[in-house]
Amino acid sequence: MNKIKINSNEHTKRNLIFITLLFLLFSSNILAVEITVERQSDLLHLLKHDCGSCHGMTLKGGLGPSLLPADLSAKPVSALQHIILEGVPETPMPPWKQMLTQSEVRWLVMQLQQGINDVDN
Amino acid sequence: MMLIIKYRHYAGLILLLLLQSCATMRGTGDLGVVIERASGHVTIVETTLGKKLARISGLGDLSHASIVYSRDERYAFVFGRDGGLTKIDILQGMIVKRVMQAGNSIGGAISQDGKLVAVSNYTPGGVNVFSSDTLELVAEIPAVYGDGKHSKVVGLVDAPGNRFVFSLYDAGQIWIADMKKSGEPKITRYKNIGKAPYDGLITGDGRYYIAGLFGEDGMALLDLWNTKAGVKRILDHYGRGEKKLPVYKMPHLEGWAVAGTNAFVPAVGGHTVLVLDMQDWKEADRIPVYGQPVFVMARPDGRQIWVNFAYPNNDTVQVIDVLSRKIIKTLKPGKAILHMEFTSKGEQVWISVRDDDRVDIYDTETLKQVSSMTADKPSGIFFAARAHRIGL
Repeated sequence: MNKIKINSNEHTKRNLIFITLLFLLFSSNILAVEITVERQSDLLHLLKHDCGSCHGMTLKGGLGPSLLPADLSAKPVSALQHIILEGVPETPMPPWKQMLTQSEVRWLVMQLQQGINDVDN
Repeated sequence: MMLIIKYRHYAGLILLLLLQSCATMRGTGDLGVVIERASGHVTIVETTLGKKLARISGLGDLSHASIVYSRDERYAFVFGRDGGLTKIDILQGMIVKRVMQAGNSIGGAISQDGKLVAVSNYTPGGVNVFSSDTLELVAEIPAVYGDGKHSKVVGLVDAPGNRFVFSLYDAGQIWIADMKKSGEPKITRYKNIGKAPYDGLITGDGRYYIAGLFGEDGMALLDLWNTKAGVKRILDHYGRGEKKLPVYKMPHLEGWAVAGTNAFVPAVGGHTVLVLDMQDWKEADRIPVYGQPVFVMARPDGRQIWVNFAYPNNDTVQVIDVLSRKIIKTLKPGKAILHMEFTSKGEQVWISVRDDDRVDIYDTETLKQVSSMTADKPSGIFFAARAHRIGL
């Protein structure tokens, strides 16, 4: 029984290490998205005022579609990221990859899906 | 002695009358309205002394808001993005009436006779027409095309004959709504005018309506003196052979810059101002500029063209000399230049510098800044003299 217990403890330890490693791996992915507070504020400003010229300052849509959580939250992050980085051919949506990095766009997509509280920007 | 007393009496009375008239009576011809888009305010300004007179709040979402004026120049009609239509008394600095007339709007026009105000809507796609007096709805024009779909409406202008002309972005059509009988608009539809008309304008004489096309190189031209001739394509393939550049902000065509027989228009995507010969509607020249042009505006005398640009070049304004077609000045007024408005005879231009929260005033001869005022994220600037111009 004792042996088994030790074994199970070791198991738990291994599991913990594995989970920790997994977490680190995953969070390093998140860490890659780390954006300074200043840049976050710039990005939100860009979103509201420049993306807003087509999507509306409140993001409820204009010439371009609505960017509210109700319209975006069910869509895959990678697809939305692709749209922002590459644009949509045959539509006015331009590619932003020359101005924004992948992680900045990913961060923006996550903000959009959660909904952006009205930032005084 | 009696005489002197009497005289004094009169002097006092005259002074009193003068003071009173200063306080209560004035014209509105040198007034204007600055949109402060983020906070839903507008500021009423006086252009002779360059000062603010009043600030009005509670106008809703004013991103991309625009204004037309009643023909007595006393009332401004503000078209908000959220579908709000607000009538403002610029003399008293107050809202007269406000209606929410749609979910999502993009501007409007006032009829030739001044009695009707039309609003172009994205959602639901169409045009609503109101009495300019009461803001009561007098006509609805749903922009229905194909099998019952609604199109977003753009480029709505007034035209002689009490008509409104506008373009259907999703349908690729231009419509004329004849409002002589205001309750029952007579609609003429022009189909297949080109892909994705993004804005429209009417020449200052009210003759030509031109829609800019986003979906293809070229513009769609309708001669309102000869509507039977239909819509003609002009500047076809002007960008052919060049790699298409992405567009970071839709150009505007309002305030069609005409100088002599030439018109100056923004190229879609290109860092170029196109010069059009209005006799044959062919490209006469192209002027390389600093970025993608958003507004290309002629000084009222047509001697200079002022241009601002899309993100990320929106910190710059360039001035083109019409005779030489050369850039004579590159100005860096500040962060995010959104709009420019000339005083009625053009000695000054007012420039909104959104991200620096300022409106800067420039002398158009010296090309130097003469003064500045604070404003909360200013966007459009609209002076009352627009009241008497077709299409504005």
